[in-house]
Amino acid sequence: MEKDQDKILNDVTTGEYKYGFYSDIEMDRIPKGLSEEVVRLISGKKNEPEWLLDFRLKSYRHWLTMKMPTWPNLKIPPINYQEIIFYAAPKERKNLKSVDDIDPELKKTFDKLGIPLEEQKHLSGVAVDAVIDSVSIKTTFKETLAEMGIIFCSFSDAVKEYPDLVKRYMGSVVPYTDNFFATLNSAVFSDGSFCYIPKGVRCPMELSTYFRINSANTGQFERTLLIADEESYVSYLEGCTAPSRDENQLHAAIVEIVAEKNAEVKYSTVQNWYPGDREGKGGVFNFVTKRGMCKGENSKISWTQIETGSAITWKYPSCILRGDNSTGEFYSVAVTNNYQQADTGTKMTHIGKNTKSTIVSKGITAGHGQNSYRGLVKVLKNATNARNYSQCDSLLLGDKCGAHTFPYLEVDNQTAIVEHEATTSKIGEDQIFYCNQRGISTEDAIGLIVNGYAREVINKLPMEFAVEAQKLLQISLEGSVG
Amino acid sequence: MNGKTEITEKYLDLYKENINKISGISSPYFNSFRESAFEKFSELGIPAKKNEAYKYTNLNTFFDHDYENYFMPVPADFIKAEPFRCEVTDLDAYGIVLLNGFYPTLNEKLRQLPNGIWIGSLNEAAIQFADKFEKHFGKYAKSETDGLVHLNTAMASGGLFIYVPEGVAMNRPVQVVNLIQSDEDTFTQHRNLIIAEKNSNFSIIICDHTLSPQKFLTNAVTEVFVGENAHFDIIRVQNEHNNACKITNTFIHQEKNSVTSSNNITLHGGLIRNNTYHYLGGEGAESYSYGLFLADKWQHIDNFVNVDHAFPHCTSNQLFKGVLDDMSTGAFNGRILVRPDAQGTFAYQKNNNILLTDDAKMDSKPQLEIYADDVKCSHGATIGQLDDDALFYLQSRGINKREARLMLMFGFAHEVIQNIKIEVLRERMDSLVMQRLKGELSRCASCMVKCG
Repeated sequence: MEKDQDKILNDVTTGEYKYGFYSDIEMDRIPKGLSEEVVRLISGKKNEPEWLLDFRLKSYRHWLTMKMPTWPNLKIPPINYQEIIFYAAPKERKNLKSVDDIDPELKKTFDKLGIPLEEQKHLSGVAVDAVIDSVSIKTTFKETLAEMGIIFCSFSDAVKEYPDLVKRYMGSVVPYTDNFFATLNSAVFSDGSFCYIPKGVRCPMELSTYFRINSANTGQFERTLLIADEESYVSYLEGCTAPSRDENQLHAAIVEIVAEKNAEVKYSTVQNWYPGDREGKGGVFNFVTKRGMCKGENSKISWTQIETGSAITWKYPSCILRGDNSTGEFYSVAVTNNYQQADTGTKMTHIGKNTKSTIVSKGITAGHGQNSYRGLVKVLKNATNARNYSQCDSLLLGDKCGAHTFPYLEVDNQTAIVEHEATTSKIGEDQIFYCNQRGISTEDAIGLIVNGYAREVINKLPMEFAVEAQKLLQISLEGSVG
Repeated sequence: MNGKTEITEKYLDLYKENINKISGISSPYFNSFRESAFEKFSELGIPAKKNEAYKYTNLNTFFDHDYENYFMPVPADFIKAEPFRCEVTDLDAYGIVLLNGFYPTLNEKLRQLPNGIWIGSLNEAAIQFADKFEKHFGKYAKSETDGLVHLNTAMASGGLFIYVPEGVAMNRPVQVVNLIQSDEDTFTQHRNLIIAEKNSNFSIIICDHTLSPQKFLTNAVTEVFVGENAHFDIIRVQNEHNNACKITNTFIHQEKNSVTSSNNITLHGGLIRNNTYHYLGGEGAESYSYGLFLADKWQHIDNFVNVDHAFPHCTSNQLFKGVLDDMSTGAFNGRILVRPDAQGTFAYQKNNNILLTDDAKMDSKPQLEIYADDVKCSHGATIGQLDDDALFYLQSRGINKREARLMLMFGFAHEVIQNIKIEVLRERMDSLVMQRLKGELSRCASCMVKCG
């Protein structure tokens, strides 16, 4: 059985990335490299107002003074920012009123990815904003949502149509000085999604952004801003893929969420960027800053992430619990296989009274993967009755991989209760034996156990995504997971 | 990491000033380490907040201070320490009194206990037991990030040496009472080496006391070698006044099938930092690391533990607890490292803390770094207050609130104390902790310093 199991675990590495194709779309690219000129050029291409250009330049100048941090438990090859194309977009066609106007090649791309761009597909019940390389292509169900006062559009449109909202909230959760990659993003961000849920509105459908890197040598820098006004609710999904390429591509995005009084935001990510090949060549660097602010009383922000792709994942979706009685949640499954690396986790900052946070992180590591959980739970002095529970489990599927846990607990209030627990182990032979005994093959048994292990998190995803996530988990660990 | 700060410059002067004197009293082998160690220290500097391992501990107030005396003992110093007697009278142990970490060289410089155990001055041992000294000295105290270990290697002028020969089982522990006493503000660095050979069994209790109210800074390094199948216990009882800073670096190197336990009980101290490094350097080794601290006023107590599983089938367990009162701050930093070949590892880590006031602060950083798959590792950390339900339960049975709180806190602390294997000491610790929790004087009666 031992041999059998080894063989199966070996097969782990044979799982192929099925979104690795490249679409030949007419693209508008700017020359590679980064300079103040480039920042101005991007801004110019998007006909941006003066204040946004100022924001970009301010960020760029600040970025020049920064150095890339070296503290993560990751091996990152040096990134040459002069070799990256900071803006690439499918050549624009005028009047994208109906689906037929979209470049057929582009449509094919999204069909291949299974993304419903056509609104006829009501069955899916999901409104999609599709972002390819640097720009948003199409936002579906825009009109239906508008009837309820919900704004769901590309970031560029929002800058033009709702400058006041953008001005008021952009950078309020992730300031342009926040960290190396957030500052870079603030300087060169291309597009992204913007969403505003007005007071008292419960968004009737899942909102979704689909990101795709297509061009070679480009970096993707999108920015998502999500505002849930008082008493509102929204569930937001994010998915991403990229073609298989030998070089590394940089993805440095920002997601900002603001939840006002009694609002609830649920943000789910299924991250499936190209993870590189079996030898660890190529793949996307996924360095994302995600942060939500529970601004008002009783607000709630919940992050759910399934991280299966990317050569290197380095992100910490966080919650600032400012409003009294606000709640932050973080559910994560991170899979690293082959030579993938992940250093991910969350930050929960308790500021308001009676704030609660829950962290459930499940790491699965196979091949030569390295998977780290890094989290901070910080209870400030005035955060009376703060409560945190963290649980971080790691599952090891192979003797060359590593799983690490680096929690930070900083408590400055005596009424706070902060708990953290973590376990690391491999799949128990007794568990596999039990399954074998009942006629379940070793492969199926491992699948069963891994699925059960991740269930707690997958259950938090919206239904359609949960199915998708489960499939993804299977592909990522193909061979060992039935 | 920190660059050459002004403080580092200061220690460079101190080094230049004293190096000849220090080298003069220690062996050439020891001296051969000094120069490179000082270079390493100059590179790393005094750990500052930017150093990940010292994120929560600020040493500046103690390292900035200009000490009047860099301590190197002269025989006359020891006369003052002579009359001291430990008050745990029924403790059946071989007693040794050190002054500021140094073995009194008044009479014999090395003393032989039954079964061929040797205890005495490190410098004397470097001559008499040159082969053993050179085999072990400087081999285990290594750090890539902590400049203080290197500062100690560069400048320590002596310390304690213990040698336990092969197969010797010592049924009485050795109690080392370390008195810290000086008429001037003093910076002291001492270096200890403990060698427990194959199949031996040895326990050591180290009690720290401050006898005068001056400002003290102690930076100690202890290297321990535990041979195959050997058992070794180290218990530290730290009792220093609020104006004293104690930094201990203990490096325990374990061979195959050896078992060690380390217990740090901190009852009192201005700033205490205990760095304990367990290296499991052979199959089947077991290591247990315990710690308990009770902090109040402006005290800061930091326990740093590093357990390195380098070989398969080793077991390790860490349990650290803290009770924080007044404006005290505490930190815990525990790391379990399982190296790629260390299959069959069991490693556990637990850190619980109670905050009693709004001004107390606790930072906890338990870490797991695992590069092998056939392992069972877990850690848990909590920061909170006494369980309301338990408190209510006791109150509902007629126990008043104050008493109930005491009982719960005592129970909390006892979980660490119960791991002390020496019964008399265990009882003594229980009663000291009880007194301490009640707010009564908990320092040993012989302590002459009245802390504010």
